[in-house]
Amino acid sequence: MVGFLQQVVEGLGAGAIYASLALALVLIYQFTGIVNFAQGELAMFSAYIAWQFTAAGLPFWPALVLTLAVSFAGGMLIERVVIRPVEGAPELTVVIVTVGLFIFVNAAAGWIWSFLIKDFPNPFPGGALEAGGLSVGYSTLGVMAVVAVVMGLLYLLFQRTKVGLGMRAVAANPTSARLVGIRVGWTLALGWGLAATVGAVSGVLVAPLLFLEPNMMGGVLIYAFAAATLGGFDSPGGAVVGGLVVGVAETLAGAYVDVIGSDLKVGVPLIIILCILLLRPQGLFGRAAVERA
Amino acid sequence: MSGRAEVTEKPVRADAPGRGRALARIAAGRRRWIVAAALLAVACSLPFQLVPFRVFQFTMVLVYAVALLGLNLLVGHAGQISLGHGAFFAVGAYGTAIMLDRWDVPHVLTLPAAAATAFALGLALGLPAMRLRGLYLALVTLAIAIFLVPLLKRFESVTGGSMGLTLGKPAPPAWTGLAEDQWLYFLALAVAVAAFLLARGLLHSRVGRALHAVRDNEAAAEVMGVRLSFYKTLAFAWSAMFAGAAGSVYTWVIGFVSPDSFAVTLSITLLAGIVVGGLGSFSGPLLGGLFVMFVPGISQDVNDAAPGVIFGLLIITVMYVAPTGLAGLAGRVARSTKKILRKE
Amino acid sequence: MRRSAIGCTAVTAVLLLATAACGGREETGGGATTAAGQCQGQQTTGITDTSIKLGGIYPLSGPASAYGDIPKGIKAYFDYVNAEKNGIGGRKVEFVVRDDGYQPPKAVEEARRLVEQEQVFALFQTLGTPSTTATWDYANQRKVPQVFVATGASKWGTDTAHPWTIGWQPNYVSEARVYAQYLKQERPEAKVAVLYQNDDFGKDLFGGFKRAIDGSGVTVVAEQSYEVSDPSVDPQMRNLAESGADVFLNITTPRFGSQALAADAKNTGWNPLHIVNNVAASITVLRPVGFENVQGIVSATYYKDPNDPQWKNDPEMVLYYEKMKQYVPEADPTVPYHTFGWAVASSFHKAMEAAKCPTREGLRDSVRALGGVQVGMLLPGVTMTTGADDGFPIESMQLMEFKGERWELFGDVIDTRKEFGPLTD
Repeated sequence: MVGFLQQVVEGLGAGAIYASLALALVLIYQFTGIVNFAQGELAMFSAYIAWQFTAAGLPFWPALVLTLAVSFAGGMLIERVVIRPVEGAPELTVVIVTVGLFIFVNAAAGWIWSFLIKDFPNPFPGGALEAGGLSVGYSTLGVMAVVAVVMGLLYLLFQRTKVGLGMRAVAANPTSARLVGIRVGWTLALGWGLAATVGAVSGVLVAPLLFLEPNMMGGVLIYAFAAATLGGFDSPGGAVVGGLVVGVAETLAGAYVDVIGSDLKVGVPLIIILCILLLRPQGLFGRAAVERA
Repeated sequence: MSGRAEVTEKPVRADAPGRGRALARIAAGRRRWIVAAALLAVACSLPFQLVPFRVFQFTMVLVYAVALLGLNLLVGHAGQISLGHGAFFAVGAYGTAIMLDRWDVPHVLTLPAAAATAFALGLALGLPAMRLRGLYLALVTLAIAIFLVPLLKRFESVTGGSMGLTLGKPAPPAWTGLAEDQWLYFLALAVAVAAFLLARGLLHSRVGRALHAVRDNEAAAEVMGVRLSFYKTLAFAWSAMFAGAAGSVYTWVIGFVSPDSFAVTLSITLLAGIVVGGLGSFSGPLLGGLFVMFVPGISQDVNDAAPGVIFGLLIITVMYVAPTGLAGLAGRVARSTKKILRKE
Repeated sequence: MRRSAIGCTAVTAVLLLATAACGGREETGGGATTAAGQCQGQQTTGITDTSIKLGGIYPLSGPASAYGDIPKGIKAYFDYVNAEKNGIGGRKVEFVVRDDGYQPPKAVEEARRLVEQEQVFALFQTLGTPSTTATWDYANQRKVPQVFVATGASKWGTDTAHPWTIGWQPNYVSEARVYAQYLKQERPEAKVAVLYQNDDFGKDLFGGFKRAIDGSGVTVVAEQSYEVSDPSVDPQMRNLAESGADVFLNITTPRFGSQALAADAKNTGWNPLHIVNNVAASITVLRPVGFENVQGIVSATYYKDPNDPQWKNDPEMVLYYEKMKQYVPEADPTVPYHTFGWAVASSFHKAMEAAKCPTREGLRDSVRALGGVQVGMLLPGVTMTTGADDGFPIESMQLMEFKGERWELFGDVIDTRKEFGPLTD
């Protein structure tokens, strides 16, 4: 039994990582109505920026603040320079541009910082909390706490602020939003900036756990997609719950289902995505959109 | 149906057939055939002009073009995004490899079998997948592409596991007097021509018209009595079949398959290829094949340290310069030259 | 518009053809030359009295780009030899590097480009088992030497149908034998838990290990694989810890190696003897985990670690640091991939010098008749030996243990050929 619970804890730890990136995916979907395939790579790039600051001698927390600021500005810049020219183009074009961005950012990080692993400072203590035969790493607990805080902030942003309202309007209908006086362009840029910031938090959180190199986030992306799909692409709380469920499901399937085993557990997000989309496309916590052709 | 991003999802049509003016159209049609024949003549003379290395490159262009032709059917004509076409390519490649490895099936026979397998698989996967739209389909297909690699490794006794399978290449019959690379090129060319004709036939049939209706306005198409899910699933299966056929030729040409050759990168490269080449146009797959084949090499010539940087930048740049792809760009260039010529 | 597009394609194709056709098909063998005298009839393509042209294929882009650092070390060595030693026997080396992104079809294309267009004398290193497998038929058909390929698969040595292809580094099976030997001596009753990468590399090493412990008291009690696309190996490590094994064999590539080491350190309830394979044993993998967390782990090696202070005054290492700084100043000489490149380049130097004929056949025969050749960057006691029935240049390794901030070699150099007999498969 303890073994089983320990596996669950392990899954929650993995799930927290997926949730952190899923939050950024949800955020950008809320603002711009697109799925950003480069989100994971941008998070990885932010982690490198944080590493660069700490390598230059800054303590961790000031470095984090600087990184978030740089990521925010960087995200807005990307929207202005890379995404703006294809605004209003078919969805497919935007997908391809983010895929191009994915390849570019990955290669650029390798070019600048090489493909060797960097030693990234861990903001949390190294040990583990032992209770009732279970052990939970302090860094895992730290990741969960930060994810919960980010989720709360996003909820407030979406539901309680004017910016959040404006951005929901833009994502729902850009033309109408413009007509009622919302600065659509800036709202979109803001969305990219905020998503990049949340992504940066994710990158910095997972770098000490997954170890920082340019391909760090590649494997996380599909799990984060599954998390966002499961929770609903428009619900930050859903993304977190989705992330945890995906993490636990994947870990347990790998440990206890022999047919799946540790080699095929990447099939778990596939099954989750497929089932959710067929049975409840809006996700567990999302609102169903009414389609008008 | 859910997701609100689908409001804007309407791939640009590359051609708008003129209404009426039948005579002009016939003339234009004739000219099109002449151009196509000229192109074919050039294609046939290529292997006698070029060094084997270039012939190999063009063989691979044809392989990619066949796969892109299928993707074009799905993305360009039916308006569905697939990030997992590398999976069907892999199914075709592995199907052929296993037939060659286990049962010594003659090379030529492996192609239809591999294509049929991919078609059946596309049909089976298309049934659930085609109830999804836009980005969700992209996610599902992406997950399939990622899942396929460990799956291939799992069935080691059949697929050779992570070591892959090494196969013999089809030998040129003595009467042709061709070298191996030339023979492979002509095989790929024959498959490509057949695939182009088949795709053309499909699009001019009832299926093609239904697909266009689905792409341009799903709701309207449904109202007019087009059975949406049927045609979308069919498009998915057809496009899987083309990818499978391309995979089969790939195995002939490379003579080696391993799971890691069909990682997600392949699927993404294919999608980038067709979008850059030009969606919904006939020359798109060919231009896309040229892009997929030659641009990575060019990237390295530009920047030796990080070819990926240039490749990523080029994809983004092409989307700015030519949102309708290279085919659209080529069309634009042709029209403006014509305009200039007319003025003079 | 469609018509114009096709037209444009046609025009483009014709233009392409016109430019490309300048080469002309009949020129295929244009660059091919043969030698006279005692080496009569042998191929001398890509080699003259003053030059020798080599081509290498590495993943400079894509998931395995970390290995793209190897050619930098090779380049430093050849630049140094060209500038200060008048090349290899008076021949200046030109080393052309191409990127295959770890994709076999791309590797085939680049191999053809190097052989047919660049007219290289030999393929000096193709990296990775898939890329090398995809190209070795071609190299053998064209009778182009494909020497010292950068992969440890055992088939480069056991195969007899491809005499033009040969490996260099100790194959993964040899490495596994070294660990098996160590366990049999030190922990004859060891219960081993294994984490391995689910690809050719992981399977080869793990398979070799299982065969080497066969019939001894050492047993494998748990095994877990992971995919390179997995985000983390933490769940696998949890499963292995449950097994209660007293030895942990870590067969991973760098990032996963770090993860597994960290997971082992974090789990205070499980303290096995940790053996990490050579691929993940570099200081750059251990440092991020924290040196205090990796004390006492064991691995094996065959070339000198640039971070190891015991080689600080070693003449080859001094030379390496100096020439890296001089010829590839942007590269960090402490990265072991660069050292690997330097070592394999100097091995090529020795093999080429030993060739009886400066021809492709000469090189092919020379790399298969190495008699205890010493290379400065290899560990003392590790030499290159090949013969008619031995296609493995390096088969010796030495065990090492991590102490303080560096690896410490211990025991004797283990010649796996002597201990286990020749490798057949």
